[in-house]
Amino acid sequence: MELNSRIPDGPIEKKWERHKFESKLVNPANKRKYRVIMVGSGLAGGAGAASLAELGYNVDCFCYQDSPRRAHSIAAQGGINAAKNYRNDGDSVYRLFYDTVKGGDFRAREANVYRLAEVSADIIDQCVANGVPFAREYGGLLDNRSFGGAQVSRTFYARGQTGQQLLIGAYQALERQVGLGTVKMHSRHEMLELIVVDGVAKGIITRDMVTGEIESHLADAVIIATGGYGNVFYLSTNAMGCNGTAVWRAHKKGAAFGNPCFTQIHPTCIPVTGDHQSKLTLMSESLRNDGRVWVPKKKEDCKKNPNDIKEEDRDYYLERKYPSFGNLAPRDISSRAAKQVCDEGRGVGETGLGVYLDFSDAIRRLGKAKIEEKYGNLFEMYERITDENPYETPMRIYPAVHYTMGGLWVDYNLMSTIPGLFVAGEANFSDHGANRLGASALMQGLADGYFVLPATVSNYLAGLKPGMRPAADHPAVKDTVSAVKARMEKLLSIKGTKSPTHFHRELGKIMWEYCGMARNEAGLKKGLELIPKLREEFWKDVRVLGENESLNQSLEMAARVADYLELAELMCLDALQRRESCGGHFREEFQTEDGEALRDDENFCHVAVWEYQGEGQVPVRHIESLSFENVHLATRSYK
Amino acid sequence: MSHKSMNLTLHVWRQKNAKCDGKFVEYKADGVSPDMSFLEMLDVVNEGLIGKGEEPIEFDHDCREGICGTCSMVINGRPHGPKERTTTCQLHMRSFKDGDSITLEPWRAEAFPVVRDLVVDRTAFDRIIAAGGFITAPAGTPQDANALPIPKENADLSMDAAACIGCGACVAACPNASAMLFVSAKISHLGLLPQGQPERYLRVRDMVAQMDAEEFGTCTNHGECEAACPKGIKMENIARMNRDFIKASLTCRPTTTGGGAG
Repeated sequence: MELNSRIPDGPIEKKWERHKFESKLVNPANKRKYRVIMVGSGLAGGAGAASLAELGYNVDCFCYQDSPRRAHSIAAQGGINAAKNYRNDGDSVYRLFYDTVKGGDFRAREANVYRLAEVSADIIDQCVANGVPFAREYGGLLDNRSFGGAQVSRTFYARGQTGQQLLIGAYQALERQVGLGTVKMHSRHEMLELIVVDGVAKGIITRDMVTGEIESHLADAVIIATGGYGNVFYLSTNAMGCNGTAVWRAHKKGAAFGNPCFTQIHPTCIPVTGDHQSKLTLMSESLRNDGRVWVPKKKEDCKKNPNDIKEEDRDYYLERKYPSFGNLAPRDISSRAAKQVCDEGRGVGETGLGVYLDFSDAIRRLGKAKIEEKYGNLFEMYERITDENPYETPMRIYPAVHYTMGGLWVDYNLMSTIPGLFVAGEANFSDHGANRLGASALMQGLADGYFVLPATVSNYLAGLKPGMRPAADHPAVKDTVSAVKARMEKLLSIKGTKSPTHFHRELGKIMWEYCGMARNEAGLKKGLELIPKLREEFWKDVRVLGENESLNQSLEMAARVADYLELAELMCLDALQRRESCGGHFREEFQTEDGEALRDDENFCHVAVWEYQGEGQVPVRHIESLSFENVHLATRSYK
Repeated sequence: MSHKSMNLTLHVWRQKNAKCDGKFVEYKADGVSPDMSFLEMLDVVNEGLIGKGEEPIEFDHDCREGICGTCSMVINGRPHGPKERTTTCQLHMRSFKDGDSITLEPWRAEAFPVVRDLVVDRTAFDRIIAAGGFITAPAGTPQDANALPIPKENADLSMDAAACIGCGACVAACPNASAMLFVSAKISHLGLLPQGQPERYLRVRDMVAQMDAEEFGTCTNHGECEAACPKGIKMENIARMNRDFIKASLTCRPTTTGGGAG
């Protein structure tokens, strides 16, 4: 497999400008002759579908939800980064670029990250033009807050609902195009397969989730923007329906997978309460602006009422270990630190898997009203779930799976190793390296959707003759439809004894135990032993009731779990072969004396790019070497 | 926090599809923990049904954080259940007590046909937004965000309205199945911002026309919508929409909205 990242020549500040100029354009009158498929309607998908339609292309947009407005981007709370330097605190495009490369522990591609930082300021302008009601100061100008991994205030926000407001902005732009007839929206449709004709992506197969109909949709280009695959772990902060099927199916059709083991465990989530738990709820990282993280110094204090524990008996471990970043240390580092204190037996709450996030100092300093204005809705959400009042008792939090930095490998144009297949947002591997900084996912989704795809997809289409889509009765299309139908029938015909959720939960336990916050060789090997066994059991004993020809959530779930059972194995394999610690990937064998991640730049300064080899075959690990010409490789320190 | 488990009786609306008739079916939910969310309780009931070979209860849900607006069920006659400003997914079983009977129904409205069991079709809301619930600003390089100062008060009021999650509880709660709280929230969100002014009157005219075409009822000031809204959207938005609508009907010339693609 040939990997060409297609990074434009020239100095990093000029690459994107030059690339856009050198890209081919499509004559306005010809644009309507092309059809583009967008799978997903979140920030990358919604903004991308709207923007491509604004240019004049015909777009078919698909989402599994009942409306594109419900994509999980909506749940992002804290904010979106942009290098506006409105605070006069020394921010710049270069600094955002630098922070993101460093935050990603030097495992991202410099050119992509620079472009992300470069378009970040345009994103804020675009969102305001679309009517996003960002927080403002009394003078009428935009307000900012700080986020982890940065020493400047560059995060724009809309209360604790930034993702919601950005998504609604993109959704409105999308619906405008639906009204104009340039976008055809297919809600409650799930992509189950990619159509590849002569090595080129030409369409997708979907299941209409209401009627069960298996349909083929053909296009000149296909874009996957279906988010991450964190739900492999069963418990995560993802929505229940988020899944890895689109990326996994594309992978099996030839799209290489980049860094599948890079998973972000978010430090501030509400701890698990019992076996019934179906998902985990995030408490925004922005809370660490004012909240202080601590655990008792002594194990015997752990069950006490936290308000009775004296100041000198508290260990504000982030402030102690990382004095310059303190409570705003990046996510991977904060999560690991929480795990360490809990492993030492100093965790709090019933399960001992929790640490305090305490606002009492901030309330004393700023007053309750100010805290309520900043975080009121988050405090309410916390109280609803836990029945505890965080104004009076410190919150209890624990890390949880939140985001996957890994994803389908793409070049600078966001095109995968299958020509004509583009991948945007969390679904691709490209910008965050081994650890994503807070408020950067929204930035990447919108950068890809509003600015990158319109340029790069146009360049691709300009090289195609219009109207060359395969016919619906092309053998490759018919064969793919039959294969999908057969898979659905197979799932319904097993009539075993255990529900799809049972297998999903079991897989989640294996992944959290052996491929979670800390990994080691023996554990990963164990995981690689257990997953195929579970997969075998699944295909013998899963019970899916009902039929294909109606709304059937068990069938939907079964098809997704079947794919998780394969993807999970690749994640473990990737984690096993990356014999270093970096960002969210922490291998216990590779750590410094004080427990920090120990990178191995000599052997692993690369993207691991996996190529599928067929059912039952070991996939091949290729590498894309990373070179750091601007931000020099250094040990990441937040001390 | 109480740790006593509860035994409950559920009366759940089961309906195969939009064409079939539906009926209530009784299920037992035993050993329910007060720390479970309402939907987790249903997950457990469904696992039990699958175990017995019965088809599980279909219900819409996704983020389970109270923000996506997917979950939709009428619990004991109230959309999203008994707790104020709380979506079904954020409702916890500690709001119920041992021995309770709970009735579960889908949103009931002509404009929201039942898809199956507790799942309804809310695409009418998308069509209303497509008719005018946007600001025409194609992706590109608009002016700097700070070139347009917006008084904090206006931005905050706009944000209050923009907090709508489009769940449809307002419609389900209204005796007329009116969508005016939903529509007016969008009118306010965009109409309170300077960017939203150029299309302000066209927007209200076209959105209201679409709302009527979808056969939502009209508002007769019951106020059930505001009481049921999990996000606290206020009826004052309806007053604002009515003012704009009157002005629009007197001043707007017959044109179409939108600037055309490209």
